[in-house]
This record gives sequence, structure tokens and C-alpha cells, in this order.
Amino acid sequence: MASIAEIPAADPLASTSVAIDGESDLLRVRSVARAHARQAGLGVTATTKVVTAASELARNILHYATGGRGIATVQQAASGQKRGVRAVFTDSGPGIADLGAAMRSGFSTGGGLGLGLPGSRRLVDEFSIDSAPGSGTRVAICQWDR
Amino acid sequence: MPDHSAIMHMGQDLLVILHGDLDDRTVESIEREVTSEVARTSARGALIDVSGVDVIDSFVAQVLARLVRMVRLLGAEAAIVGIRPAVAISLVELGASMPDVTTALSAEQGMARLRRMRADNSVRIDHGKHC
Repeated sequence: MASIAEIPAADPLASTSVAIDGESDLLRVRSVARAHARQAGLGVTATTKVVTAASELARNILHYATGGRGIATVQQAASGQKRGVRAVFTDSGPGIADLGAAMRSGFSTGGGLGLGLPGSRRLVDEFSIDSAPGSGTRVAICQWDR
Repeated sequence: MPDHSAIMHMGQDLLVILHGDLDDRTVESIEREVTSEVARTSARGALIDVSGVDVIDSFVAQVLARLVRMVRLLGAEAAIVGIRPAVAISLVELGASMPDVTTALSAEQGMARLRRMRADNSVRIDHGKHC
């Protein structure tokens, strides 16, 4: 499986960034993710899965990042004949001290269900996370059309 | 009542129709509204129809499951109906499949299920009286 960094965007100009700063931004993230997924030709199931994952990851930023702020950037992706959608969620929050624990279902330091990270990983074709205490968190996901 | 929902009275039951993209505040206000409406009208059942909802994430699922539990605490039955196939797949993969919640494919089937649950309950009550 190619790492997300190696996947060239079909059209780099097509990326859309959504500043996450409040609850209403969750709807914007979902609607941008849905629009890009449809443009990339994803089916209903693949689209619903990636939009659900995007909603979970945007919510994580609201709950855990400093001041609940971060950025979601969504764009189309292409690899050979495959088309898809890629979304990157970044924040400059406190970071995650124990990534292994954070990726386990039911683990939460914020009173949530602990489904956001492990659940999102199960929903999409590709998932990568970068985080360290004090240096924020970056999660990248990719969903393909087949 | 927010634009994302409508409550209809069908005999002793409530049919709650949700549609569109639900944000956290909307789904929580629907939860309060439906709970008060069940109490106010002494409804015996509530069906939550989500066939018009594109995406149910873990928060929305959590609130819907909580709403079902609240309605049951009030002494009525509740079911979530019309979950779209893509939403069902996403909820299972997410790990938020609401295992304790009564569900049905459509409002019609959900209504039949609520009535069956009521019939079963009254059989049990009658049985108790005769023993």
C-alpha cells in the first residue's frame, strides 16, 4: 500500500480547506468531504464512510486541540486508474502522548466514546497519524473509488 | 422545532422524521423535544425515522441511542427506523452500531414492531394476574 504522502493529487488546485473552530464547522467538513468524494466518483458507501470518518476527525480537533482549533484540507487523489479523496486534519494542540492507546477502541482522555481514531481508521482505505506531545497532531485519510 | 425534524402523531405513537445533515446542537434539541412530547402526549411509542439522514457519526448515534433509552424510561417503546445501508455499514465499522436499540427497515415495519412489543407486554401482564 502506497503511503499517503506518495499519492499525487489529481488536481492540486482542487483542494478545499476548512478552518475548524466551532461545532458548526463539523457540517462544513462533512459537506466539503461529500462534495469531493462525489466529484471523484466514489459510490454511496465509500462516500458515507469517508464523510463519517471526516466528521469524527474534525470532532477530535474540537474536543482535544488547543482552543478546539485546527484545519481540514480535502482534495481529490489519483493513483494509476484509481481516483479517490484525501483529507488531512491538522492541529497544533497538545499532541498525543500514547498513540498506541489512542488507536484502541474505547480509549479516551476526553470523556468521549473513544471511537474517533480507531473507528476512522476502520472506515477508510488509508490512514496515517503523526503526533507527539507538544507538537500537535496530523491525521491523513484516503478513500478510493474501488 | 428545528427544520431538520418533524413530529407526527399516529394514534398513540409518535413518528419523528429526521432529515439532512444533523449537527450536535440539532440532534440534542431533537432529543429534548421528542422526550417532552412523549411525556406531554402520554405516547406509547416513538419511531425515529432516519431514512433522510446521510451520515450518522458516533456522536449522533450516541444521542439517538440515549433518546431511545429515555423514551423507554418514560414507559413507552422506541425504535430507530430507516437507517440507510451505507450508514449501517459505516456505524458498524466505526464501532457505534447501537446494539441495544430496536431498529426496523422502514417506519411501517417499525410500527408493526412497536405494536408487537406492546402485545407481548400485555400478555405477560395478563399471565401474571392469572397465576
